[in-house]
Amino acid sequence: MHSFLLPALLAASDAAPVAGEDPASRFIRLLTVFLLAMWVGFEVITKVPQRLHTPLTSGSNAISGITAVGAIVVAGAMATRFGTLLGFLAVILAMINVVGGFVVTHRMLEMFNPKKK
Amino acid sequence: MSSQAWINLAYLAASMLFIVAFKLMTGPRTAVRGNYLGAAGMAIALAAACCEKPVVDRLSAVGPGGLVWVGIAAVIGSVIGALMAIKYPMTGMPQMVALLNGFGGAASTLVAGAELWNTTSAAVAGDEPAALAARALVAPWTQFAIATALTGLIGAVTFWGSLVAFAKLEELPQFKKAWTDPNRHLINLGLAGATLLLVWGLCANPHWTILYWLLVIVGSALGCTLTMPIGGADMPVVICLLNSYSGLAAAAAGFVIDNAVLVIAGSLVGASGLILTAIMCQAMNRSLVGVLFGGLGTTIAANADDVYAGKVKSVSAEEIAMLLEGAGRVVIVPGYGLAVAQAQHAVRELADALEKRGTTVEYAIHPVAGRMPGHMNVLLAEADIPYEKLREMDDINPTFPETDVAIVIGANDVVNPAARTDPKSPIAGMPILDVDKARTVVVVKRSLSPGFAGIPNPLFAADNTLMYFADGKKAILDLTAAIAKG
Repeated sequence: MHSFLLPALLAASDAAPVAGEDPASRFIRLLTVFLLAMWVGFEVITKVPQRLHTPLTSGSNAISGITAVGAIVVAGAMATRFGTLLGFLAVILAMINVVGGFVVTHRMLEMFNPKKK
Repeated sequence: MSSQAWINLAYLAASMLFIVAFKLMTGPRTAVRGNYLGAAGMAIALAAACCEKPVVDRLSAVGPGGLVWVGIAAVIGSVIGALMAIKYPMTGMPQMVALLNGFGGAASTLVAGAELWNTTSAAVAGDEPAALAARALVAPWTQFAIATALTGLIGAVTFWGSLVAFAKLEELPQFKKAWTDPNRHLINLGLAGATLLLVWGLCANPHWTILYWLLVIVGSALGCTLTMPIGGADMPVVICLLNSYSGLAAAAAGFVIDNAVLVIAGSLVGASGLILTAIMCQAMNRSLVGVLFGGLGTTIAANADDVYAGKVKSVSAEEIAMLLEGAGRVVIVPGYGLAVAQAQHAVRELADALEKRGTTVEYAIHPVAGRMPGHMNVLLAEADIPYEKLREMDDINPTFPETDVAIVIGANDVVNPAARTDPKSPIAGMPILDVDKARTVVVVKRSLSPGFAGIPNPLFAADNTLMYFADGKKAILDLTAAIAKG
């Protein structure tokens, strides 16, 4: 599947917001990215064995903290006072998600790989 | 190349790293590297976010105030996250993951709320920073509003659903019993109707930001009412589903702020959660609709006396120790009860004692053993049991006929042969571990009480089954002591 899906995903996601792009096109561009990424996700994750499902859950959990990117932009731009406050809170929550997720995943995976005696 | 192009390139690199990270999750050794790559991708994406035009414009216009605040917030969040991750016990992983899911969902809700507020106030005032005003003018209002509404809704459901799941998993007394008010379907229906109305209202009038917050409130209520009726046994499904939601909320937020890396990462997580949800439902022989809306249903009062009367053989630790002495191959079947009794270290000592005398010991792990997908594997790995010995159901089932003794600890429904033999049983067709095919089965259990399915287990009355009635952890310790003595 990677042979045709990944290039398509790359092409779709590489498209920067185009000035003057009409709303529907913009929506469809993101929808394309969404559907292709879902598909890649299904393909890759069905191969994860059962014994790694807990680290998979916590690791993917950390990645869902990507919303921190949006939080940083709204908080850093400080366009309005209320918006900045929300952004600030969002950065805190998202970073708990990101750091907590990656650290706990690492902790679990270390247990699966005990140090060589 | 413009600076925005570089930023987009960085996002693209981060997205690819996330995909590779998931791909490396297929083996315990490569998974460590996968986790590092995922973290690296996240670091790249966060750095790129700090270089976004609105942030840099603010920086050059007013000074570093905005970024300093972001830095402070990031440090606060990181410290809290790291402390939670280091401190939380492995038995508490489901709660921890639920909580983290909830925070991610809440963050998405806040981001969409902030973006909506900024965009609409810029459009109304007209004198806000030019970048925002421009965005507001070109903003595809309907799509923007739908994406915003969805982010708010999914994020709120995720946050409150996760908090309820957390409370249930922590076994807080107020949440111990599933909420089974017969009117709950009506309440949910009402909330769903309100949701639709608010989404429609927001699309029609995106500058009425109050509608967004009303939607968040309704979503919060929905998150609670949808999670409260779900029983403890179905928690693995809920954890997976919430995981999926937190990803979908992030993806929806990506639509709001027009950012592909949010969409890609969010949909990867969404897909992962959905797959795990499907696997869990299949392993428990439950439909997703049944888990979400059915409660536990009516338990069929199958007559336990008919099944057990006069056929159950109870034995002591010493008798089992004698039996194990002659065993060449022993398979341990750990269940939910073992996790509750925290007996994993005791089990390991038992296995060590057996292996010292040349017995082969392996572990049969049912997909729903524990309280979240793969949880039992983590608990046993924590007790330093090598993962090569943890065998999955399909892998170990054919080997039961060559097994001398199968020791079932705290598992019930997942070893009930009725699933295979009785087409009328409520668990008919559920995949089970075929322990009844082993030469001898030892069941460590407190009593003959039924499991979550509420049905008697013919395994306990089988000719080759010996019941060892005791508390899980104490039973194993006594057994290990008896073996050491003999």
